[in-house]
Amino acid sequence: MKKLRKYIDKIKPNFEPGGKFAKFQSVFEGFETFLFVPNTTSKSGVHVHDSIDSKRTMTVVILALLPALLFGMYNVGYQHYLAIGQLEATSFFTTFLYGFLAVLPKIVVSYVVGLGIEFISAQLRGHEIQEGFLVSGMLIPMIVPVDTPLWMIAVATAFAVIFAKEIFGGTGMNIFNVALITRAFLFFAYPSKMSGDSVFVRISDTFGMGAGNVVKGFTGATPLGQLATQTSGTVQLTNTVPDAVGNYTEITTWDYFLGLIPGSIGETSTLAILIGAAILLFTGIASWRIMLSVFAGGLAMALLANTFASATYPGSFVTPFDHICLGGFAFAAVFMATDPVTGARTNVGKYIYGFLIGAITIVIRIYNNGYPEGAMLAVLLMNVFAPLIDYFVVGSNIKRRLKRAKKGGTV
Amino acid sequence: MLSKKTKETLLGPLSKNNPVLVQVLGICSALAVTAKLEPAFVMAISVTAVLAFANVIISLLRNTIPNSIRIIVQLVVVAALVIIVDQVLKAYVYDVSKQLSVFIGLIITNCILMGRLEAFAMGNGPWQSFLDGVGNGLGYGLVLIVIAFFRELLGSGTLFGYPIIEKIGLYSIGYENNGLMILPPMALIVAGCIIWAHRAYNKDLQEK
Repeated sequence: MKKLRKYIDKIKPNFEPGGKFAKFQSVFEGFETFLFVPNTTSKSGVHVHDSIDSKRTMTVVILALLPALLFGMYNVGYQHYLAIGQLEATSFFTTFLYGFLAVLPKIVVSYVVGLGIEFISAQLRGHEIQEGFLVSGMLIPMIVPVDTPLWMIAVATAFAVIFAKEIFGGTGMNIFNVALITRAFLFFAYPSKMSGDSVFVRISDTFGMGAGNVVKGFTGATPLGQLATQTSGTVQLTNTVPDAVGNYTEITTWDYFLGLIPGSIGETSTLAILIGAAILLFTGIASWRIMLSVFAGGLAMALLANTFASATYPGSFVTPFDHICLGGFAFAAVFMATDPVTGARTNVGKYIYGFLIGAITIVIRIYNNGYPEGAMLAVLLMNVFAPLIDYFVVGSNIKRRLKRAKKGGTV
Repeated sequence: MLSKKTKETLLGPLSKNNPVLVQVLGICSALAVTAKLEPAFVMAISVTAVLAFANVIISLLRNTIPNSIRIIVQLVVVAALVIIVDQVLKAYVYDVSKQLSVFIGLIITNCILMGRLEAFAMGNGPWQSFLDGVGNGLGYGLVLIVIAFFRELLGSGTLFGYPIIEKIGLYSIGYENNGLMILPPMALIVAGCIIWAHRAYNKDLQEK
């Protein structure tokens, strides 16, 4: 560590104004502050300063994402070997390695494109490099299906970073969650690669690994995908492959919770996401108010829908607890809704914001047959309303206190 | 050949004084008809024709129109011209006319028309007004065609219906059309990008 510090100090003068590489000052500073907490202090007045700056905050979020990411990698391998019928014969490490190799290129593409644009725009504007993309870049590969082509991820990432972030003024100024704009772009631009039965489980080999033929009767449908196409009144969500006699085993709440089901890479395991949530809440980085109220909103709406279940909307037969374990609900609640930039800031506002995200997700999921999942659209919609919610919360607070002050004055 | 003022009247609206890029008028129709090049092209010609002749007629009548009812008179003139254009399109390019559906009729409400009639034709002679109408119509049409070019190329992979992406062979290496380009929001973003490029090039248009 000391050596690294020394080396950085040694090359630093090159990047100062007048130095050889003065042009790349912002790039250098970005790396330096990423590696070491900047030791600049304020020179006048009294400032109380937390030593955790935003680069350190982002690192903790990445740590919190790791359980879901690692599980997602394993699940990609698990679903693959299940589909080609070699699950028993494959070791844990081979399964994980397959998933790792399938997911890694997505992470690389997302970071290279996103950080590339971030660096270029910081350079052009003479800003210092912001760290906002550190988390977005990790979120993007986790919320896409495994078979989404890399070039699509690159195009969508570029679009989101430029149009959802840079034109609004860069990190901290964006109205919409950048990772979700990437997903929304992919979803509307290339629907065939973002939904349906053929993208959530990779059946081809990855870098020559895991070649094989798909077992007879395989369907790549996710539970929510199956739900959207159910026709009868009784809902039955099943495994992707049939057993020896050709019956599809029904999957249960435990499967949804554990996450060995097809879905976007990082979203399937509620358990892994909850571990991440625990890290975020323990370090105090994410708001427990938002997380809690998203789950409350989802449960309340699902309960309401379940009470008035009708055969027209098969999703309404799923129990409330299953609903919050299925699809991207938990992931959105823990990692998307709690984004401090795009979410509500007042405490009361956070409850309203979170509750509506949960409720709207379930409304879209159950009552709109066009979209099997609603978490993305719900969060983006509430991103728009977050400032409005805050505005009215602050306004009513002022009114209440003004009333109290006036009353106190006259008595 | 033309005097400086006349030249400015005709060519100004193409760039520095563009009705869409600078005055940000006529955006609704620019979003609605630009998914394909062909309707955008027809729309551009229609608006140019209506605008040029409406300008001439209003300019000729400008001294006899009572001030209190001038908007109504302008509307009547524009509406009459729009109906003529609509009938011509139905007679000669029926398919495109069907694609454009209500948007030909909605030329009546296009802000560019009322803007030019009020701001220019009411105070200038017929020849100048005609040039102003042609200039503004072409300025509007130019932006429409540029937007439609990108939307059709990236959204449908064709240009005027010719499957250019397929001929180049991009589909066989995994390329796919961008479905978002067909949807109206993307027209707004493409228009925004053009304004961005236009203002980056013409620095005098940037506000301080």
